[in-house]
Amino acid sequence: MSTTTTQSGSGAPAGNSPGHTGKPGASRLVSWKAGIGLSLLAILGTILFAFMAGPKSAGFGIAEASNTGASTLAAWITLILALVISAGLGYLWFVRRSGTGSGYATVPRWIPACTVAAVIALCLAALGVAKVSKITLESGPVGWICAVVLLALAGYSVFLTQAKKTTPRWVGGVFATVFLVGFLVWIVAHGNDAEPAISLAGLIAGSVTLAVPLVFGSLSGVLCERVGVVNIAIEGQLLLGAFSAAVVATVTHNVYAGLVAAAVAGALVSLVLAVVSIKYLVNQIIVGVVLNVLISGLTSFLFSTLLTADPDGLNKPGHLPPVDVPFLSDIPIIGPILFHQSLVGYLMYIAVIVVYLGLFHTKWGLRVRAVGEHPQAADTVGINVNRTRFWNVLMGGAIAGIGGSFFTLVSVDAFSKDMSGGRGYIALAALIFGRWNPIGAFLAALLFGFADNLQSVITIIGSPVPSQFMAMLPYALTVFAVAGLVGRSRPPAASGIPYVKG
Amino acid sequence: MKLELKGITKRFGSLVANDHIDLVVEPGQVHCLLGENGAGKSTLMNVLYGLYDPSDGEILVNGKPVVFKGPGDAMAAGIGMVHQHFMLIAVFTVAENVALGNEATKAAGFLNLDETRRKIQAISEQYGFDVDPDAMVEDLPVGVQQRVEIIKALVRDAEVLILDEPTAVLTPQETDELLAIIRQLKADGKSIVFISHKLREVKEISDTITVIRRGKVVGSADPSASPTELASAMVGRSVSLTLEKKPAEPGDATFKVRDLVVVDQNGQHVVDGLSFDISQGEVLAIAGVQGNGQTELTEAVLGVQPHVTGSITLDGVELLGKSVKQVLSAGVGFVPEDRKVDGLVGTFSISENMVLDLYDKAPFAKGIGMKPAQIASHAEQKVEEFDVRTPSINAAVGTLSGGNQQKVVLARELSRPLRLFIASQPTRGLDVGSIEFVHKRVIAERDNGTPVMIVSTELDEVLELADRIAVLYRGKLVGIVPAGTSRDVLGLMMAGVPEHEAELTAQKTHEGGTHA
Repeated sequence: MSTTTTQSGSGAPAGNSPGHTGKPGASRLVSWKAGIGLSLLAILGTILFAFMAGPKSAGFGIAEASNTGASTLAAWITLILALVISAGLGYLWFVRRSGTGSGYATVPRWIPACTVAAVIALCLAALGVAKVSKITLESGPVGWICAVVLLALAGYSVFLTQAKKTTPRWVGGVFATVFLVGFLVWIVAHGNDAEPAISLAGLIAGSVTLAVPLVFGSLSGVLCERVGVVNIAIEGQLLLGAFSAAVVATVTHNVYAGLVAAAVAGALVSLVLAVVSIKYLVNQIIVGVVLNVLISGLTSFLFSTLLTADPDGLNKPGHLPPVDVPFLSDIPIIGPILFHQSLVGYLMYIAVIVVYLGLFHTKWGLRVRAVGEHPQAADTVGINVNRTRFWNVLMGGAIAGIGGSFFTLVSVDAFSKDMSGGRGYIALAALIFGRWNPIGAFLAALLFGFADNLQSVITIIGSPVPSQFMAMLPYALTVFAVAGLVGRSRPPAASGIPYVKG
Repeated sequence: MKLELKGITKRFGSLVANDHIDLVVEPGQVHCLLGENGAGKSTLMNVLYGLYDPSDGEILVNGKPVVFKGPGDAMAAGIGMVHQHFMLIAVFTVAENVALGNEATKAAGFLNLDETRRKIQAISEQYGFDVDPDAMVEDLPVGVQQRVEIIKALVRDAEVLILDEPTAVLTPQETDELLAIIRQLKADGKSIVFISHKLREVKEISDTITVIRRGKVVGSADPSASPTELASAMVGRSVSLTLEKKPAEPGDATFKVRDLVVVDQNGQHVVDGLSFDISQGEVLAIAGVQGNGQTELTEAVLGVQPHVTGSITLDGVELLGKSVKQVLSAGVGFVPEDRKVDGLVGTFSISENMVLDLYDKAPFAKGIGMKPAQIASHAEQKVEEFDVRTPSINAAVGTLSGGNQQKVVLARELSRPLRLFIASQPTRGLDVGSIEFVHKRVIAERDNGTPVMIVSTELDEVLELADRIAVLYRGKLVGIVPAGTSRDVLGLMMAGVPEHEAELTAQKTHEGGTHA
């Protein structure tokens, strides 16, 4: 034998233990995406917020002057509750983290998230108790502070990347928050008034409102993709939901009938998707796109022929009025935002919670997720894959249809051509940004709703940025979020793949 | 529970996968189904498990005819199955996988996983499985995943357990552990249907052997029959199980790998500091359980792995950093592990597939034009030389049988003058006849003076072809041993035990007399 091996019997095998589950670790490949992305944004932020800061100050209205007196008691109760909860969660977080010694891997994900939420509630309640109605910030100093923090965070991320460590997620979170603060101050300070100001409460409340159809749409997507069917037809479901709600509510003079009709219409769109893609194995994406085009054409045709001819008889649905939840709506700032909603808005909260609990804590959800991950495995334990898919897709359609009714029963009082305006696609992005999780999708939809609302608020007060650019904001954010911030997320393995037995 | 199959026939279009199969599984018995790949064993079991509807025939449980509309019915009747490709959901925990389809629930359909955990622990204790109910399945080694599958069946009170090629993914030691579990199950009165084409295991475990060939039961055999007899029954003609080859005459070491590290997407070192040489006229076999870096090693040589450091030289020329085309033109022949995915374009004709790497070179092309006549005559010649059974060279390659597809890949890769030949799983899924042919061609290439690297997870194949054997475990080289090394030692090395330790352990085991 003329050759030898340079391996000197090493290799440090992990012993004779086939049951050992550890993976061979060692130096990791660290992407420069975070480092470079944050650096570019930090530089942009420095130029805009610091060097181009306007001479004026920026005002942020906190509460509407009208209801300050009514809610003192609610404010105090909230303050105390938020204090107790945030202290409790913070303590729990601290104990879990230091107790095990192995870092925050053992802290359940909900603890940090809920702690942050409780602290925010605490701050807002404190503002409410102190009866602060407006905060005014000087754009120059605030801009500089933001710029310095952004640069520091970007530098830290670059340093970590160079040391072959991944950037922790809190860096991204803090960066995004500071960037947002800097951006708001900068853009508001460039408003046309002498003392430009916007209502922060109104901004956020509007975001929730605008997010409603997105949330319903993305929940529809979650239900479908988790079971292995890609639902591109969300746009069509929203649109047909809106149309049916308008027509049925007008004809029956009953908005609730309109709501039900919207759900049925969404389910009908899903029925086509389900039959064609599950039974006849046509490519799901193509079916979805075709459905969207079909429904856009169909509703436009019916609108321009029938609805415009007889708007009073066919296109004058009533309005689902906002309903206040007693006491909860009295909570300063949060109350009016969360608990001054229409029926559709409350349905949204219920749907998010029900879908989340259903998917992750029930027998039904376990089966649904199994079908979306490994349909054959589900089949071998006696689950009817295609039936499960079929019903889930129908359910998803119904939910998206209810989301569509929001357009005609809550936000505008009549149907108009293509009024869903691509929100079905944004819902799809929210679904991916939210990592196929109902709560994630909800939060992502809120973010997109925020961008949407900010855009219109800024256009009203006037800004140095051309309004066309501002109108791009929600979509630019979508691209950015889905491409850059999602990180490594794993869609359901069998999503988009039809199941053929055998 | 007594299980009978009577006249089971399953047709897929004009193809008869099972042709009037009769089978009786007695309680407390290990019944082996022996047959080649594609003989129809798995189809038969899928019929029995309710995944396929039989075209004809009936299934009797304890003498009563039953009809299974789906796996749910089969499970309710007490039949459990461990599939060749595990039916586990990788992103679920063990408990969730076991619960699926058989969920214990609290009010309103909420899952009661504690109940499932208790059941898993009870079974684990009874059979000595070491399974954590809360582990994520994707993090478990295949041996443990297989136990999860067995638990899944036992939780559902299976009386008959079908194991479809259960040892294909296991190390020899894990195989021994599995056989011990089977004996334990048998002692508990369960019936086992053990499907395999590996003669050694079949002889070791079975009480009855039924041989299936081309969808028909061709007879039964006694476990005491010799391997050659069993193989002949399986193939339908006399076969020689040993390859005749001359001893290797190694020349200069022209292929050198130094400190090769391949990092995958997740930052794991899938190949971790490999160094070895291969001489001209020598076969180095890379042994190891699937997924220990073999695929990445061969792909790194070819140049399709993105994150590779170290050095790979052929005839003194560095291959790392070269494009695949440059590597191929340096004289590397490459048979990929999955011929359908990486080896062939299924919808292209045989003649087109024969020139996938040479389509732009003379004599097959001139300028931007291809020369169909040249390509066709080349294909005719190769089809003849490699004995590819096909109606025409214009037939789509996807319509050929696995053996013939592999011959097309080999014909293409061996049609150039080679400086290095790499074959990954060259005989996976082939019948015994094709295996013989492929092995002969590999040895012929070696005798031509080409360094040959064979990657195989089948220990039989490794032992048959190798002049030296390199064992990989978790991307690291456990050691390089000569061809005559015993199975026990290789098996231990495949589980990561260093060479000298493996030899000591293997000796002890032999003295203990537990191994045949």
